Amino acid sequence: MGKILVMVAQRLALGLLTLFIVSLIIFLSVELLPGDLAQEILGQGATPETVAVFRHQLGLDLPAHIRYLHWLGGMLQGDFGQSLANKRDIAELISGRLGNTLFLAGLAAVISVPLALTLGILAALYRNTFFDRAVNVFALSSVSFPEFFIAYVLILFLAVQLGWFPSISNIGPNTEFFERVYRSLLPALTLTLVVMAHMMRMTRAAIINLMASPYIEMARLKGLTPRRVILHHALPNALSPIINVVALNLAYLVVGVVVVEVVFVYPGLGQLMVDSVSKRDITVVQACSLIFAATYVLLNLTADVLSIVSNPRLMHAR
Amino acid sequence: MEAALKLLRSAPATAIFGVTVIVTYVLVAIFAHWLAPYGETQIVGAEYLPWSDQYLLGTDNLGRDMLSRLIFGARNTVGIAFLTTCLAFLLGGLTGLLAATLRGWVDQLFSRAIDVLMAIPALIFALLILTVVGTSIPALVCVIAVLESTRVYRLARAVAMNIVVMDFVEVARLRGEGLAWIIRREILPNALPPLVAEFGLRFCFVFLFISALSFLGLGIQPPTADWGSMVRENATLITFGDITPLLPAAAIALLTVGVNFVVDWFLHKTSGLKT
Amino acid sequence: MSDETVKNGAGRDGSGHDGSGAVEAGVGRSNKPAEILLRIRGLKIEGRSGETWSEIVKGVDLDLHKGEVLGLIGESGAGKSTIGLAAMGFARDGCRISGGSVEFDGLDLVKAGVRKRRRLRGSRIAYVAQSAAAAFNPAHKLIDQYTETPVQHGIAGRAESERDAIELYRRLRLPNPEEIGFRYPHQVSGGQLQRAMTAMAMACRPDLIIFDEPTTALDVTTQIEVLAAIRDIVQQFDTAAIYITHDLAVVAQMADRIMVLRYGKLVEEAPTRTMLSAPKKDYTKSLWAVRSFHAEERPRPAGETPVLAVEHVTAAYGKTRVLHDVSFEIHRQRTVAVVGESGSGKSTTARVITGLLPPLEGRILYKGKPLPPKFSDRSKEQLKTIQMIYQMADTAMNPKQPVREIIGRPLKFYLGMNGRQREERIRELLSLIELEPKDFIDRLPGELSGGQKQRICIARALAAEPSVIICDEVTSALDQLVAEGILKLLDRLQGELGLAYMFITHDLATVKAIADEVVVMLQGKVVESGPKSEMFTPPHHAYTELLLSSVPEMDPDWLDELLAARARGEAGGKIEAADN
Repeated sequence: MGKILVMVAQRLALGLLTLFIVSLIIFLSVELLPGDLAQEILGQGATPETVAVFRHQLGLDLPAHIRYLHWLGGMLQGDFGQSLANKRDIAELISGRLGNTLFLAGLAAVISVPLALTLGILAALYRNTFFDRAVNVFALSSVSFPEFFIAYVLILFLAVQLGWFPSISNIGPNTEFFERVYRSLLPALTLTLVVMAHMMRMTRAAIINLMASPYIEMARLKGLTPRRVILHHALPNALSPIINVVALNLAYLVVGVVVVEVVFVYPGLGQLMVDSVSKRDITVVQACSLIFAATYVLLNLTADVLSIVSNPRLMHAR
Repeated sequence: MEAALKLLRSAPATAIFGVTVIVTYVLVAIFAHWLAPYGETQIVGAEYLPWSDQYLLGTDNLGRDMLSRLIFGARNTVGIAFLTTCLAFLLGGLTGLLAATLRGWVDQLFSRAIDVLMAIPALIFALLILTVVGTSIPALVCVIAVLESTRVYRLARAVAMNIVVMDFVEVARLRGEGLAWIIRREILPNALPPLVAEFGLRFCFVFLFISALSFLGLGIQPPTADWGSMVRENATLITFGDITPLLPAAAIALLTVGVNFVVDWFLHKTSGLKT
Repeated sequence: MSDETVKNGAGRDGSGHDGSGAVEAGVGRSNKPAEILLRIRGLKIEGRSGETWSEIVKGVDLDLHKGEVLGLIGESGAGKSTIGLAAMGFARDGCRISGGSVEFDGLDLVKAGVRKRRRLRGSRIAYVAQSAAAAFNPAHKLIDQYTETPVQHGIAGRAESERDAIELYRRLRLPNPEEIGFRYPHQVSGGQLQRAMTAMAMACRPDLIIFDEPTTALDVTTQIEVLAAIRDIVQQFDTAAIYITHDLAVVAQMADRIMVLRYGKLVEEAPTRTMLSAPKKDYTKSLWAVRSFHAEERPRPAGETPVLAVEHVTAAYGKTRVLHDVSFEIHRQRTVAVVGESGSGKSTTARVITGLLPPLEGRILYKGKPLPPKFSDRSKEQLKTIQMIYQMADTAMNPKQPVREIIGRPLKFYLGMNGRQREERIRELLSLIELEPKDFIDRLPGELSGGQKQRICIARALAAEPSVIICDEVTSALDQLVAEGILKLLDRLQGELGLAYMFITHDLATVKAIADEVVVMLQGKVVESGPKSEMFTPPHHAYTELLLSSVPEMDPDWLDELLAARARGEAGGKIEAADN
């Protein structure tokens, strides 16, 4: 048991270190700018004097490491600085939108995870049947589709032609829960289709891999029912790979949300980020990047820790 | 040639479909100038004209011929994606093979650097960098190639690691062979099948990635004809039930599906897996 | 004990040294036919390769009486494991039973429904797999996997079968029988796991157990304990068994009757003693004769500096020391066999010699001059003189290179041969290893059989014109007949080319066959070393004695006598007799 704690602790420490380096990269990437931020904002026409004054206002005359510490310290306290484009407080811009994005990703996860696992396990059990092949072709195709293609096809059929759902997810802070679910359903469905294929294929592969192992043959030779072979012998060992698959895809969901939000004009963090990129509003882009990256790192970290914990060989060390 | 035909005849329907699609796209890309009825950026009529004999697929938001842009898009989008994938493979494949063969600190250095790069989601990273350096095609190609090379590195290293531990590599080392010979003659021929398959998958990924960026307005910039941006520019038509803007998206989907089918078949053949 | 012996009918009670026992056993069986438990008729099994099915078992008949132990022996590809599984009505993925019947206690398992078959498995027919480490589920404790069968078949309650498990663990002489069941598989050693698996198979007191090479993966000294435990428990409960193995000496200890299989067909069948003393078929005779090959000992050249000397070598992987002060010499035209069980450091010694693992202390001398510790610091000339042949010829050759390139590369690299000259030399080398040049020169490794692959590896080593060849378990992955051919070839080449061999092996039969000198290793140390004749005559070091005495012999009484001798406190009771 001690060994596993050490491993988990190591993994957590590594995760923190990664987060730190990621924040450093996000901060430093701006330093790559030809000229600097002040010049960039004021444009080529500004006199050197105005630039210098503005630079002082932004604190750009301080050395890089001090600015980094300021920036990181602010981030940790929820102070993300000001938008360059409209001088608004970034924290204010982000707060509602982050909630919306997490809501959308969560909704997609609730639909896709159980569905993908069930289909994946069924495909593994009915290997080489028509069902398996159909699932496989479906999975192969849906990983191949661009997100916006799936999104527009859904809009075309479910929103425009059948009129079941709104084609634009108009969500405000006061939208009540079920209305919110209803309006987010189309984007959530799109995300589901995007991540499900991968999850399904990996679940199927994990189970098939497992079913070929000698201890499964042994279980069958002990005269156990297929149900028991799968639930009691295969599943405990499949847990670790499956948890990994799920966490990986959840991480992908949070990121994949960007395109889907743009299509459905969903008021989330992704849309804000895309808007800010086209406006070259660097401080907002930095803040969004950090949030997305942190979520991604944390989800991957969770996957790692869970797969350590669910491995019987590690759980019960010699 | 005869062997290739024979091989194709034994292939499943999905693979034949995939090969047909890929060949068609390549031909269209090469002969775009001859095939397209109008020029790439030529404004030929009013905006959003419906399908007609003159403009087979109508016109776009600026009054350019949709079909012509679709044809030129094959050259631009597919070409750029292909170039990017090659670059990613050169970078990731080489470093991956080196890391696996040399091991020790080289491996540690590369692997840790790649871990950090991969800890940031690719799309987010790309958006960040493109904000800073601006959206030009060279920037796009470089940024995506670097990001994708991390995955190529992982695979190349993993595959090579499995080969490096084989006795025949030890035999070559003990014979006194140099690094280049070991990588080129002992490791590469055995690592090729999974790497070729990966090339197909990576290409799809890059292709989708670039299309997504273009769709967001941050990839290939107008007036260059590109499938991702074409969807974005004409998306409003969809709300009126017109499927024309979906065609470029479908073109993207068709190619990736085709490549995926071929890769799947190839993996089946080379691994001998009977799943 | 005597009760069971009577029921078993075979006079294997540990006291039957007299040669007449064999005849009696055979006659006794035919005179007084016990009830038949398993009757297999015309069994055909097909295996799928690619899209086509090919027959791997081609019509086998088999009868097994209650309480009888039947040995199935044969080389790889003989179909023995497949038949064993078919006795449970089971075919692996990619295999199917295509004809014949498997009647167990009157029920045809081939035709019976899924449920009926399932009800028999585990409860009346049980299975013991080759690798216990892989066949136990890593997620559950041993005892939970034991109780699963009786509980799921509704034969006993959980508490009851837990008590039973502990009792069986005790009977199988597992250490700490009360506690060992509460461990997870990876927390228990290989030999113990194999016994725990035998206990698990016994859980429902089945009528029949299939043992599928249960000791193949174990070291010889561990093998003895497992063999003895298996045999006792089978006798105690009067269980019938099918014992599958490729090792004749093992089957001689375990079986009442032996069936020899080849290419999915029965070659010969007879009671054990008859089969051992008077095999009828040529194939069986050749299998029996394998162990009789002995290379002629070559004289030790007096006063000559050894070709290779290992001097006080200590080496470590990271912080774990794996070799302690190892020293020995190899002379021209002589074979030094380095013997030891897994983990004894014999392969590590080879790595130190080749320069893959630089030693912490000590050095390697070639013809009296020290070699640089790291291979990358050695000159081409130095690298060329020490060549290596590996256990797995499969992985020792690049599957993408044809034979011409595999053998040709060292010719070009070391000797600068090109064009016609190289081509001719490749052909010469192929003839030297007894392969027809024009048939083999263009083949890829995938188009060669196991023995042919190993021959190509030998040719590649010879191409460098070395003075020392390190052979790392070169015959242990091969079938016995093929292995014998390789040994004979190596011996002939030594005579012709004056090579010095370092022969790493765990198999004492190989040592007897080919060694001039023996080095016995245990836990990274040299326990004993000297000429073969001295090594095989007492007094021995205690470990050498244990090792020597643990090698099964073709005498069916060997195990009984050994166990009796060990009980009396003399570990290697039988060795003198065997070697005389």
